[in-house]
Amino acid sequence: MASALIHAPKTAKRGETIEIKALILHPMETGFRPGTNGKIIPRNIIEHFSATWNGEEVFAMKMSPAIAANPFVSFFVVADKSGTMKFRWSGDNDFLVEEQVAIAVA
Amino acid sequence: MKGLRIFLGLAGVFAASLAVAQGDTRHSGYQDMGPALQKMQDDDTANPGMLFVQGGEELWNAKAGSADKACADCHATGSMKGVAARYPAVAKESGKPVDLEGRINLCRTEHQKAEAFADESRELLQLTAYVARQSLGEPIAPPDDKRLDPLRAHGEALWKKRQGQLNLSCAACHDANAGKKLAGATIPQAHPTGYPIYRLEWQTLGSLKRRLRNCMIGMRAEPYDYGAPEYLALEAYLMQRARGLSMDAPSVRP
Repeated sequence: MASALIHAPKTAKRGETIEIKALILHPMETGFRPGTNGKIIPRNIIEHFSATWNGEEVFAMKMSPAIAANPFVSFFVVADKSGTMKFRWSGDNDFLVEEQVAIAVA
Repeated sequence: MKGLRIFLGLAGVFAASLAVAQGDTRHSGYQDMGPALQKMQDDDTANPGMLFVQGGEELWNAKAGSADKACADCHATGSMKGVAARYPAVAKESGKPVDLEGRINLCRTEHQKAEAFADESRELLQLTAYVARQSLGEPIAPPDDKRLDPLRAHGEALWKKRQGQLNLSCAACHDANAGKKLAGATIPQAHPTGYPIYRLEWQTLGSLKRRLRNCMIGMRAEPYDYGAPEYLALEAYLMQRARGLSMDAPSVRP
Protein backbone atom coordinates (compact mmCIF):
# COMPACT_ATOMS: atom_id res chain seq x y z
CA MET A 1 0.00 0.00 0.00
CA ALA A 2 1.03 3.56 -0.49
CA SER A 3 2.14 4.44 2.97
CA ALA A 4 3.04 8.11 2.85
CA LEU A 5 0.95 11.27 2.88
CA ILE A 6 2.63 14.36 1.53
CA HIS A 7 1.27 17.83 1.63
CA ALA A 8 2.93 20.52 -0.46
CA PRO A 9 1.45 23.45 -2.36
CA LYS A 10 1.06 22.71 -6.08
CA THR A 11 2.02 26.26 -6.94
CA ALA A 12 4.08 28.91 -5.18
CA LYS A 13 5.32 32.42 -5.84
CA ARG A 14 9.03 32.88 -6.41
CA GLY A 15 10.73 33.70 -3.14
CA GLU A 16 7.77 32.50 -1.08
CA THR A 17 8.41 30.34 1.98
CA ILE A 18 6.33 27.18 1.70
CA GLU A 19 5.60 24.48 4.23
CA ILE A 20 6.05 20.84 3.30
CA LYS A 21 4.49 18.13 5.46
CA ALA A 22 5.25 14.43 5.19
CA LEU A 23 3.64 11.62 7.18
CA ILE A 24 4.57 7.97 6.81
CA LEU A 25 3.24 4.69 8.16
CA HIS A 26 5.96 2.97 10.16
CA PRO A 27 5.99 1.13 13.54
CA MET A 28 9.30 2.73 14.72
CA GLU A 29 9.99 -0.26 16.96
CA THR A 30 12.68 0.86 19.40
CA GLY A 31 14.60 -2.38 19.88
CA PHE A 32 14.36 -1.96 23.65
CA ARG A 33 10.93 -3.45 24.27
CA PRO A 34 10.35 -7.08 25.21
CA GLY A 35 7.51 -8.85 23.41
CA THR A 36 4.88 -11.09 25.02
CA ASN A 37 7.41 -13.95 25.03
CA GLY A 38 9.89 -11.88 27.06
CA LYS A 39 12.36 -11.61 24.19
CA ILE A 40 13.45 -8.22 22.85
CA ILE A 41 11.58 -7.17 19.72
CA PRO A 42 14.28 -6.37 17.14
CA ARG A 43 14.77 -2.73 16.30
CA ASN A 44 12.87 -1.56 13.24
CA ILE A 45 13.08 2.17 12.67
CA ILE A 46 13.43 4.66 9.85
CA GLU A 47 17.00 5.89 10.07
CA HIS A 48 17.08 8.61 7.51
CA PHE A 49 14.67 10.98 5.83
CA SER A 50 15.58 13.42 3.11
CA ALA A 51 13.93 15.75 0.64
CA THR A 52 15.56 16.89 -2.57
CA TRP A 53 14.32 19.61 -4.88
CA ASN A 54 15.54 19.34 -8.45
CA GLY A 55 18.30 17.05 -7.26
CA GLU A 56 19.51 19.33 -4.50
CA GLU A 57 19.04 18.23 -0.90
CA VAL A 58 16.90 20.79 0.92
CA PHE A 59 16.08 18.87 4.08
CA ALA A 60 17.48 15.81 5.80
CA MET A 61 17.15 14.27 9.19
CA LYS A 62 18.45 11.30 11.08
CA MET A 63 15.77 9.51 13.09
CA SER A 64 16.29 7.74 16.38
CA PRO A 65 14.40 5.03 18.30
CA ALA A 66 12.84 7.74 20.50
CA ILE A 67 10.66 8.95 17.63
CA ALA A 68 7.07 7.74 17.79
CA ALA A 69 5.40 5.48 15.23
CA ASN A 70 4.21 7.03 11.96
CA PRO A 71 6.66 9.96 12.00
CA PHE A 72 5.33 13.32 10.87
CA VAL A 73 7.87 15.79 9.52
CA SER A 74 7.21 19.37 8.57
CA PHE A 75 9.75 21.84 7.21
CA PHE A 76 9.95 25.09 5.27
CA VAL A 77 11.71 25.85 2.01
CA VAL A 78 12.01 28.97 -0.09
CA ALA A 79 10.51 28.41 -3.54
CA ASP A 80 13.01 29.44 -6.19
CA LYS A 81 12.26 27.40 -9.29
CA SER A 82 9.66 24.89 -10.49
CA GLY A 83 10.46 21.26 -10.22
CA THR A 84 10.02 17.98 -8.44
CA MET A 85 10.49 17.45 -4.76
CA LYS A 86 11.54 13.91 -3.97
CA PHE A 87 11.18 12.33 -0.56
CA ARG A 88 13.09 9.35 0.66
CA TRP A 89 12.73 7.36 3.85
CA SER A 90 15.21 4.58 4.53
CA GLY A 91 15.79 2.38 7.53
CA ASP A 92 16.09 -1.04 9.10
CA ASN A 93 15.14 -4.21 7.22
CA ASP A 94 15.87 -2.53 3.89
CA PHE A 95 12.95 -0.19 4.40
CA LEU A 96 12.79 2.24 1.51
CA VAL A 97 9.94 4.48 0.41
CA GLU A 98 10.26 7.15 -2.24
CA GLU A 99 7.61 9.67 -3.16
CA GLN A 100 7.59 12.82 -5.22
CA VAL A 101 5.45 15.88 -5.81
CA ALA A 102 5.63 18.58 -8.46
CA ILE A 103 5.69 22.21 -7.38
CA ALA A 104 5.24 24.96 -9.94
CA VAL A 105 6.93 28.26 -9.09
CA ALA A 106 5.75 31.37 -10.89
CA MET B 1 -4.44 34.43 26.36
CA LYS B 2 -5.87 32.03 28.87
CA GLY B 3 -9.18 33.85 28.78
CA LEU B 4 -9.21 33.66 25.00
CA ARG B 5 -8.50 29.95 25.07
CA ILE B 6 -11.34 29.33 27.50
CA PHE B 7 -13.59 31.41 25.32
CA LEU B 8 -12.60 29.46 22.22
CA GLY B 9 -13.12 26.20 24.11
CA LEU B 10 -16.59 27.30 25.17
CA ALA B 11 -17.35 28.37 21.63
CA GLY B 12 -16.37 24.89 20.44
CA VAL B 13 -18.60 23.21 23.01
CA PHE B 14 -21.40 25.56 22.10
CA ALA B 15 -21.04 24.89 18.39
CA ALA B 16 -21.16 21.15 18.98
CA SER B 17 -24.19 21.35 21.21
CA LEU B 18 -26.11 23.28 18.58
CA ALA B 19 -26.46 20.01 16.72
CA VAL B 20 -28.36 18.47 19.62
CA ALA B 21 -31.19 19.75 21.74
CA GLN B 22 -30.79 22.81 23.94
CA GLY B 23 -29.61 22.09 27.46
CA ASP B 24 -27.96 18.91 26.24
CA THR B 25 -24.48 18.76 27.77
CA ARG B 26 -23.26 15.83 25.70
CA HIS B 27 -20.14 16.38 23.66
CA SER B 28 -17.47 14.46 21.81
CA GLY B 29 -14.15 13.60 23.45
CA TYR B 30 -12.71 16.06 20.93
CA GLN B 31 -13.79 18.90 23.19
CA ASP B 32 -11.96 17.40 26.15
CA MET B 33 -8.61 17.43 24.35
CA GLY B 34 -6.02 20.18 24.28
CA PRO B 35 -5.72 22.49 21.27
CA ALA B 36 -2.58 20.70 19.98
CA LEU B 37 -4.38 17.37 19.62
CA GLN B 38 -7.46 19.03 18.15
CA LYS B 39 -5.25 20.61 15.51
CA MET B 40 -3.60 17.29 14.81
CA GLN B 41 -6.98 15.66 14.26
CA ASP B 42 -8.30 18.47 12.07
CA ASP B 43 -5.23 18.61 9.83
CA ASP B 44 -5.61 15.82 7.28
CA THR B 45 -1.89 15.86 6.64
CA ALA B 46 -0.99 15.46 10.31
CA ASN B 47 -3.73 13.04 11.38
CA PRO B 48 -2.11 9.60 11.16
CA GLY B 49 -5.59 8.08 10.85
CA MET B 50 -5.62 9.46 7.32
CA LEU B 51 -2.87 7.00 6.39
CA PHE B 52 -5.39 4.26 7.08
CA VAL B 53 -8.12 6.07 5.17
CA GLN B 54 -5.78 6.22 2.20
CA GLY B 55 -5.03 2.51 2.51
CA GLY B 56 -8.76 1.82 2.85
CA GLU B 57 -9.44 3.60 -0.42
CA GLU B 58 -7.04 1.27 -2.18
CA LEU B 59 -8.72 -1.77 -0.63
CA TRP B 60 -12.12 -0.36 -1.59
CA ASN B 61 -11.09 -0.35 -5.24
CA ALA B 62 -9.20 -3.65 -5.20
CA LYS B 63 -10.93 -6.79 -6.48
CA ALA B 64 -11.09 -9.58 -3.92
CA GLY B 65 -12.38 -13.10 -3.43
CA SER B 66 -13.63 -15.69 -5.90
CA ALA B 67 -16.39 -13.31 -7.05
CA ASP B 68 -13.56 -11.04 -8.23
CA LYS B 69 -15.45 -7.94 -7.17
CA ALA B 70 -14.27 -4.78 -5.47
CA CYS B 71 -16.40 -2.79 -3.01
CA ALA B 72 -16.43 -0.10 -5.69
CA ASP B 73 -18.09 -2.48 -8.19
CA CYS B 74 -21.33 -2.39 -6.16
CA HIS B 75 -21.09 0.87 -4.20
CA ALA B 76 -20.55 4.22 -5.90
CA THR B 77 -17.61 6.31 -4.73
CA GLY B 78 -18.62 8.50 -1.82
CA SER B 79 -21.85 6.56 -1.30
CA MET B 80 -20.93 5.64 2.27
CA LYS B 81 -21.87 9.06 3.65
CA GLY B 82 -23.77 8.62 6.90
CA VAL B 83 -23.37 4.85 6.91
CA ALA B 84 -20.95 4.66 9.84
CA ALA B 85 -23.33 6.91 11.80
CA ARG B 86 -26.08 4.26 11.59
CA TYR B 87 -24.33 1.10 12.73
CA PRO B 88 -24.83 -1.28 14.54
CA ALA B 89 -27.85 -2.20 12.42
CA VAL B 90 -29.68 -5.36 11.38
CA ALA B 91 -28.07 -7.02 8.35
CA LYS B 92 -30.40 -7.92 5.49
CA GLU B 93 -28.64 -11.22 4.80
CA SER B 94 -28.78 -12.71 8.29
CA GLY B 95 -31.49 -10.71 10.04
CA LYS B 96 -29.00 -10.25 12.86
CA PRO B 97 -27.45 -7.04 14.16
CA VAL B 98 -23.90 -6.27 13.02
CA ASP B 99 -21.51 -3.41 13.60
CA LEU B 100 -19.69 -1.64 10.79
CA GLU B 101 -16.78 -4.08 10.87
CA GLY B 102 -19.25 -6.96 10.83
CA ARG B 103 -21.03 -5.37 7.87
CA ILE B 104 -17.76 -5.09 5.93
CA ASN B 105 -16.95 -8.71 6.67
CA LEU B 106 -20.47 -9.78 5.63
CA CYS B 107 -19.93 -8.05 2.30
CA ARG B 108 -16.67 -9.91 1.95
CA THR B 109 -18.03 -13.36 2.70
CA GLU B 110 -21.44 -12.98 1.03
CA HIS B 111 -20.75 -10.82 -1.99
CA GLN B 112 -17.03 -10.98 -2.69
CA LYS B 113 -16.77 -14.63 -1.63
CA ALA B 114 -13.59 -13.76 0.18
CA GLU B 115 -12.36 -14.59 3.64
CA ALA B 116 -13.46 -12.29 6.42
CA PHE B 117 -10.80 -9.97 7.80
CA ALA B 118 -9.60 -10.75 11.30
CA ASP B 119 -10.72 -8.46 14.12
CA GLU B 120 -8.37 -5.50 14.53
CA SER B 121 -6.42 -6.45 11.39
CA ARG B 122 -4.92 -3.59 9.46
CA GLU B 123 -7.16 -4.23 6.45
CA LEU B 124 -10.36 -4.16 8.47
CA LEU B 125 -9.30 -0.97 10.23
CA GLN B 126 -8.38 0.64 6.92
CA LEU B 127 -11.71 -0.15 5.27
CA THR B 128 -13.64 0.88 8.37
CA ALA B 129 -11.71 4.15 8.52
CA TYR B 130 -12.35 4.80 4.82
CA VAL B 131 -16.08 4.23 5.25
CA ALA B 132 -16.32 6.13 8.54
CA ARG B 133 -14.44 9.12 7.13
CA GLN B 134 -17.26 9.70 4.65
CA SER B 135 -19.59 10.40 7.58
CA LEU B 136 -17.47 13.31 8.79
CA GLY B 137 -19.80 15.87 10.37
CA GLU B 138 -22.88 13.65 9.98
CA PRO B 139 -25.05 13.26 13.09
CA ILE B 140 -25.06 9.85 14.74
CA ALA B 141 -28.40 8.34 13.71
CA PRO B 142 -29.07 4.84 15.04
CA PRO B 143 -31.93 3.20 13.14
CA ASP B 144 -35.42 3.15 14.65
CA ASP B 145 -35.48 -0.60 14.56
CA LYS B 146 -37.36 -2.49 17.27
CA ARG B 147 -35.13 -5.50 16.69
CA LEU B 148 -32.21 -3.53 18.12
CA ASP B 149 -34.00 -2.68 21.37
CA PRO B 150 -33.07 -5.86 23.27
CA LEU B 151 -29.46 -5.34 22.21
CA ARG B 152 -29.47 -1.75 23.44
CA ALA B 153 -31.06 -2.81 26.74
CA HIS B 154 -28.39 -5.48 27.15
CA GLY B 155 -25.71 -2.87 26.38
CA GLU B 156 -27.13 -0.46 28.92
CA ALA B 157 -27.18 -3.16 31.58
CA LEU B 158 -23.53 -3.98 30.84
CA TRP B 159 -22.68 -0.28 30.93
CA LYS B 160 -24.11 0.03 34.43
CA LYS B 161 -22.86 -3.28 35.76
CA ARG B 162 -20.03 -3.08 38.25
CA GLN B 163 -17.25 -5.51 37.47
CA GLY B 164 -13.57 -6.19 37.95
CA GLN B 165 -11.35 -5.93 41.00
CA LEU B 166 -11.90 -2.19 41.27
CA ASN B 167 -15.68 -2.74 41.29
CA LEU B 168 -16.27 -0.08 38.65
CA SER B 169 -18.86 0.18 35.93
CA CYS B 170 -18.51 2.15 32.72
CA ALA B 171 -21.18 4.50 34.06
CA ALA B 172 -19.24 5.10 37.30
CA CYS B 173 -16.66 7.05 35.31
CA HIS B 174 -18.26 8.18 32.09
CA ASP B 175 -21.70 9.14 33.44
CA ALA B 176 -21.09 10.01 37.08
CA ASN B 177 -17.63 11.58 36.82
CA ALA B 178 -17.19 12.68 33.21
CA GLY B 179 -15.24 15.92 32.91
CA LYS B 180 -13.30 15.28 36.12
CA LYS B 181 -9.74 14.02 36.21
CA LEU B 182 -8.49 10.47 36.38
CA ALA B 183 -4.83 11.05 37.20
CA GLY B 184 -3.83 13.69 34.64
CA ALA B 185 -6.44 12.83 32.03
CA THR B 186 -9.92 14.25 31.66
CA ILE B 187 -12.57 11.55 31.84
CA PRO B 188 -14.51 11.83 28.58
CA GLN B 189 -18.23 11.25 28.21
CA ALA B 190 -17.38 8.24 26.03
CA HIS B 191 -19.40 8.99 22.94
CA PRO B 192 -18.23 6.86 20.01
CA THR B 193 -18.05 9.70 17.50
CA GLY B 194 -14.66 9.02 16.00
CA TYR B 195 -14.06 5.29 15.61
CA PRO B 196 -11.77 3.85 14.47
CA ILE B 197 -9.54 6.18 16.50
CA TYR B 198 -5.85 6.89 16.31
CA ARG B 199 -4.73 6.68 19.93
CA LEU B 200 -1.34 8.14 20.67
CA GLU B 201 -0.92 5.55 23.40
CA TRP B 202 -1.43 2.75 20.86
CA GLN B 203 0.53 4.56 18.14
CA THR B 204 -1.92 3.06 15.70
CA LEU B 205 -5.57 2.96 14.73
CA GLY B 206 -7.95 0.89 16.85
CA SER B 207 -11.60 -0.03 16.94
CA LEU B 208 -14.23 0.69 19.58
CA LYS B 209 -13.82 -2.94 20.69
CA ARG B 210 -10.16 -2.33 21.41
CA ARG B 211 -11.07 0.80 23.36
CA LEU B 212 -13.61 -1.15 25.41
CA ARG B 213 -11.06 -3.89 26.09
CA ASN B 214 -8.65 -1.21 27.22
CA CYS B 215 -11.17 0.18 29.69
CA MET B 216 -11.96 -3.28 31.02
CA ILE B 217 -8.28 -3.95 31.67
CA GLY B 218 -8.13 -0.60 33.47
CA MET B 219 -11.07 -1.68 35.61
CA ARG B 220 -9.16 -4.91 36.40
CA ALA B 221 -11.97 -6.85 34.74
CA GLU B 222 -11.48 -9.61 32.20
CA PRO B 223 -12.12 -8.25 28.71
CA TYR B 224 -14.65 -10.10 26.59
CA ASP B 225 -13.16 -12.08 23.71
CA TYR B 226 -13.19 -10.51 20.29
CA GLY B 227 -16.44 -11.46 18.61
CA ALA B 228 -18.29 -11.62 21.93
CA PRO B 229 -21.91 -10.39 21.73
CA GLU B 230 -21.24 -7.97 24.62
CA TYR B 231 -19.29 -5.63 22.35
CA LEU B 232 -22.13 -5.37 19.89
CA ALA B 233 -24.55 -4.67 22.74
CA LEU B 234 -22.33 -1.95 24.18
CA GLU B 235 -21.79 -0.38 20.75
CA ALA B 236 -25.53 -0.34 20.10
CA TYR B 237 -26.19 1.29 23.46
CA LEU B 238 -23.39 3.83 23.06
CA MET B 239 -24.54 4.90 19.60
CA GLN B 240 -28.07 5.36 20.93
CA ARG B 241 -26.65 7.37 23.83
CA ALA B 242 -24.69 9.57 21.41
CA ARG B 243 -27.59 10.12 19.00
CA GLY B 244 -27.28 13.45 17.25
CA LEU B 245 -23.60 14.11 17.97
CA SER B 246 -21.38 14.70 14.94
CA MET B 247 -19.08 12.01 13.59
CA ASP B 248 -15.39 12.91 13.48
CA ALA B 249 -13.65 9.67 12.44
CA PRO B 250 -10.80 8.91 12.26
CA SER B 251 -10.27 10.91 15.40
CA VAL B 252 -7.04 11.39 17.33
CA ARG B 253 -7.16 10.72 21.06
CA PRO B 254 -4.40 10.81 23.70
